[in-house]
Amino acid sequence: MSMAVAVPPFETFYESHKTEVFRFLVRRVGRDGAEDAFQETFLRALRAYDRLEHGEHLRAWALTIANRIVLDGARRRRPTGEMPELVTEDGRPAYEELAPLTDDLPPKERAAVVLRYGYDLGYDEIGEALGSTESAARQAASAGVRRIRKEKQ
Amino acid sequence: MTDILTPDLDERFRAAATAEGLLDVAYDVFDDTAMGPLLVGVTDRGVCRITFDPSPERELEQLARVYGSRVLRSTKPIQRVHLELDEYLEGRRRDFDLELDLRGQPDFYLRVLSELARVGYGETTTYGTLAARSGNPRAARAVGTVMNRNPIPIVLPCHRVVGANGSLTGYGGGLHRKEMLLRLEGAIL
Repeated sequence: MSMAVAVPPFETFYESHKTEVFRFLVRRVGRDGAEDAFQETFLRALRAYDRLEHGEHLRAWALTIANRIVLDGARRRRPTGEMPELVTEDGRPAYEELAPLTDDLPPKERAAVVLRYGYDLGYDEIGEALGSTESAARQAASAGVRRIRKEKQ
Repeated sequence: MTDILTPDLDERFRAAATAEGLLDVAYDVFDDTAMGPLLVGVTDRGVCRITFDPSPERELEQLARVYGSRVLRSTKPIQRVHLELDEYLEGRRRDFDLELDLRGQPDFYLRVLSELARVGYGETTTYGTLAARSGNPRAARAVGTVMNRNPIPIVLPCHRVVGANGSLTGYGGGLHRKEMLLRLEGAIL
């Protein structure tokens, strides 16, 4: 078993990722929308921060939260549902539906599957969120799906 | 560039995080004091840390270990401490009116630190006397260790504790600072 990476003090986490999260948000929603979304992203991260069990993949975690804020905002602005809603039959958002299936996946595969099928991100965006490449993201997502299939059999 | 995070936006996040009560520790570094740079940490219970010449990375990790990982630089909760420290260092204040958070300190340390808190402005005492007041007259050396690890120097006045022969002995922040503080208070010439 490898030693888990300790959760850094929030200041360290925030300073390491704030610039990149802000750039990501500007690209997704433009400068004006990004200002609110930026604050909300790190407040949401801070609210969950004391429940983190290790300090791995915090960059992907931050970008995933940022992306969720963008999607939540889009959903609020278009209540009639012209956005792809990604809602399953019982009305829960797709990313909630995915959670129990992906719990046991290795973190990178899990992130790739959730971002792809829960948030409908492109592989280029997922690669960016995970700090790797488009093709690595594609591989991680398909490896994750294979693993889920195998475990469900 | 439109995708640069402005200092204003950064400060707004820090203020919002503070206002929502999400922090285990708020801290700030004062670069401009007569004692050199000071890092001050505050929890919702009170002041928990003052460090001379801080190396922030190590300091933040220690704070996170004791008080929780949600440690963030934030000016507002520290303002009161900043003001009182300024007044004290300019000779305009003799007593601090601040709550302290000494969570995680062993019992003996708490006894010694609370006795230390009663040593008044401009007075000095000895390690042995403080040991006796804390209930263990033979623990002078252990009292020295407690002074050396004092989490809130200046406010908890370990600079007022000297050797039995009157020598300054030692100080966690360096002897020159101990001397400065005692001179400020008129305890030495």
